[in-house]
Amino acid sequence: MAGSFAESGADLELVGITKRFPGFTAIEDLNLTIPAGSFFALLGPSGCGKTTTLRLVAGLEEATAGRILIGGKDVTTTKSFQRPVNTVFQSYALFPHMSVLENVAFGLKRRRIADATAKAHEALRLVELDHLAQRKPQQLSGGQQQRVALARAVVNRPALLLLDEPLGALDLKLRRQMQIELKTIQQDVGLTFLHVTHDQEEAMTMADTVAVMNKGQIEQMGAPEELYELPRTAFVANFLGQSNLFTGPVVSSTATSIVVDVAGRRIEIPTERAQRHAGDVTVGVRPEKLMLHTSAPEEQPDINVVGPGRVTDVSFSGVSTQYQVAVPGLGSMVVFAQNMVFGPVVSLGAEVWLTWNTDHGFGLADDPADAPRFAADTDTQSLALQKREKLEAELEGA
Amino acid sequence: MAFGAFASTATAPAEPVVRRRSRVALWLLLPGILYLALFFLAPLLSLVIMSFQAPVEFGDIGQYQTAFKWENYTTVIGTYGPHIVRSFVFAATATVAALLFSFPLAYFIGVKLRRFPLLQALALTLVIAPFFISFLLRTLAWKQLLSDESWLVSSLHGLQLLPPGVHVTGTAFSVIFGLTYNFIPFMTLPIYASLERLDLRYVEAGGDLYASPASTFLRVTVPLAAPGIISGALLTFIPAAGDYINASRDFLGSTDTAMIGNVIEANFLVLQNYPAAAALSLILMVAILIPVSVYVVRSGTDDLL
Repeated sequence: MAGSFAESGADLELVGITKRFPGFTAIEDLNLTIPAGSFFALLGPSGCGKTTTLRLVAGLEEATAGRILIGGKDVTTTKSFQRPVNTVFQSYALFPHMSVLENVAFGLKRRRIADATAKAHEALRLVELDHLAQRKPQQLSGGQQQRVALARAVVNRPALLLLDEPLGALDLKLRRQMQIELKTIQQDVGLTFLHVTHDQEEAMTMADTVAVMNKGQIEQMGAPEELYELPRTAFVANFLGQSNLFTGPVVSSTATSIVVDVAGRRIEIPTERAQRHAGDVTVGVRPEKLMLHTSAPEEQPDINVVGPGRVTDVSFSGVSTQYQVAVPGLGSMVVFAQNMVFGPVVSLGAEVWLTWNTDHGFGLADDPADAPRFAADTDTQSLALQKREKLEAELEGA
Repeated sequence: MAFGAFASTATAPAEPVVRRRSRVALWLLLPGILYLALFFLAPLLSLVIMSFQAPVEFGDIGQYQTAFKWENYTTVIGTYGPHIVRSFVFAATATVAALLFSFPLAYFIGVKLRRFPLLQALALTLVIAPFFISFLLRTLAWKQLLSDESWLVSSLHGLQLLPPGVHVTGTAFSVIFGLTYNFIPFMTLPIYASLERLDLRYVEAGGDLYASPASTFLRVTVPLAAPGIISGALLTFIPAAGDYINASRDFLGSTDTAMIGNVIEANFLVLQNYPAAAALSLILMVAILIPVSVYVVRSGTDDLL
C-alpha cells in the first residue's frame, strides 16, 4: 500500500473485542460495525472505554481478545504504522521540533508519496492555515493547532480517521466552527470518521450514527434523532440530553398503548415506544415535551397530566428557560420552555400542572428492580445541575 | 527565546518601573560579575601576557620577562602539533563512544523505568555512584584491570583473542576507554533529563503517521532529546580534550598517547617553560571554542524546547 492513497473510506469491524488492563476490564466483548463513509460517534462518560476502543483501532493498544477488521482485512496483529488509519489526538501531539508544514508532510514522506510538500500545502489550504506553514506548532493558537492536527491526519487520506475528543480544548465558538468544518471535510473527502467524545451535543450534531458507551459496552446505537427520541435505557435517557423518568407497574396494556401507574397517576405511552409491556417498567419524557399550566388542565385523551407541583427553581438560559417542578409522589421534574415571551412565564414557588402528549413518552428496557426506585430522578436532577453549571460557564466564557 | 521574554518586559510602557527593575537586576548580577572578573578574566589576561613572555637573558631556568614573543605560538604548534590533533581525535572518539553507551542507558532509565519511580531513582543513583570514589583511584583501578598481569588481559591472551605481545595499557584504546568511562555520567545525566520529559504521545503520533519504530526513533525521539545530547556532548568533549590524567604514563597512557593536557603539565611543572604552557592553554581554548560554537549555533539550541 506504500505510495498510494486509500480509494475511499473503509468499513471498520470490531468482533468480540475485550481489553483488560491489570486490575480492571476496560472493554468487554465489544462488537461494532461502522460502514464505510459514515461519521460515527462513540459517546460516553470518561472511563467508559471509548478512548481505549479508539486506541485499539489505531493500534496503540493490543486487544486481549477479539479481532479488528478494516475494509475486511484483519489488522488485529499489525502495528500502528502498518494500519491505514490516522488519528487526531486529543492533545494534538504536533511534533514541536518541526514546522507546521513538516508536521503535515510527515505521514506522506514516510509512505514515500510523490509531491508530499505540495499535498501538505493543499491540506493546509483546506484548513485555511497555509500562510502559517513555516511556523512552529507552539507559535499557533489552540484552534490553529487543532486544525493542523486535522490536516496532518486528513492529508494521508486514511481509510479511517479517528478523532479523540479533538475539540475538547477549544472554546465554545471555535468548537462550533470546527464541528461544521469537520463535517464538511468528511463529506468532501468521503472518509470514514470515528469520533470519540463525551459531549452529547457534539456527537448528535456531527455524527450520522451515535453509539452510547457505558462500562465497556455499547448501550444503544442509532441515528441521533432515534437515540434522543427513543432511548432504550435510563443511562442513555440521562446521558443523551435530560429525561424525566417514572417507575411503576403496568396497569393496562393494549395493542396501541400501555398505562403505567406511578404513585396513583396514570401515565400512558404508545406500545411500540415501550421496550417492556408488563410488570414494573420505567417510562420517561423529555423536558422540552412538557407543557406548563398554571391552572388544572382538563382531562383529555392522548394527554398525560401530572400535578399540581411547585416550581422550585427557574433558570434562564437565553433560548429557553429551565424549570424544576417538585411533584408529590413523582419527585423533581425538569421542564424546558421556549422563551416565546420575555423571560420566564411562571415564577418560583408557583403551583403548576404539567402535560404532555402520550405519543412523546418512551418506555425503557431496564428492569427497575435492578435500580433503586426513583434513582433516575436524582440522576436527572444532578445532570440538570451539571448542565446548568456548564451553561453558566459557557455564558461567562462567551 | 529567553531574549524574547526579556525584550517583552523591557518594552513595557511604565518606564520608571523598568528602570528600577534593571537596577535590581544589576545588583543581583554584581556578585557574579565580580566573581568572573576576579577568577576568570584576570587569570585569562595573565595567561595571555605570560604566553608572550621571553626568558630573562642569563637568568635561571624558569625566569621570564614581559615581551611580545609571538614565536612562542609557532614553536609550540611546530613541536606539539601531533598532540593537539591527538587530543581532539581522542576526545571526539570518547564523546561518540560515551553517547552510544549513554543514550540507551538514559532511554531505559528515563522512559522504560518511568512507571517505577523507585527503580528509576535507584538507577540514577547507580549512574552517579562512581563519583563516590575518587576519579584518580578509579582510573588507577582500570590500569590494574587492563594491565598485562590482570585476569582479564591474561585470559584474553589465553583464549588467543589478543595476539601475544599486545598490551592494552599505554595504547590509544586504553586512553579513549578511560576517557569514555570517566565521562559517561556527564553524558547520561543531561540526556536522561531530556528523555525523562519526552512526551510519549509524540512517539505514538509517529507510529500513527506510518513511521516504523526505527524511523520514529530517528525523526522524533532523537530530535526531542537533542538538547540533552548537545549538553552531554559538550560536557564530555570539552573536559576530555584537556584531560591529562587518562593519557598520562602513570595511568592508562604512554608517551605515544600524550595529549595536550600532558604537554601543558610537563611544560609547566617539569620544564618550567611557562610561556609555552600558557600558549598551549590558549591554543587549546580557542581550538575548543571554534568547533563548539559552530556546533551550538548549527544545532540551534535557541529553537529547541
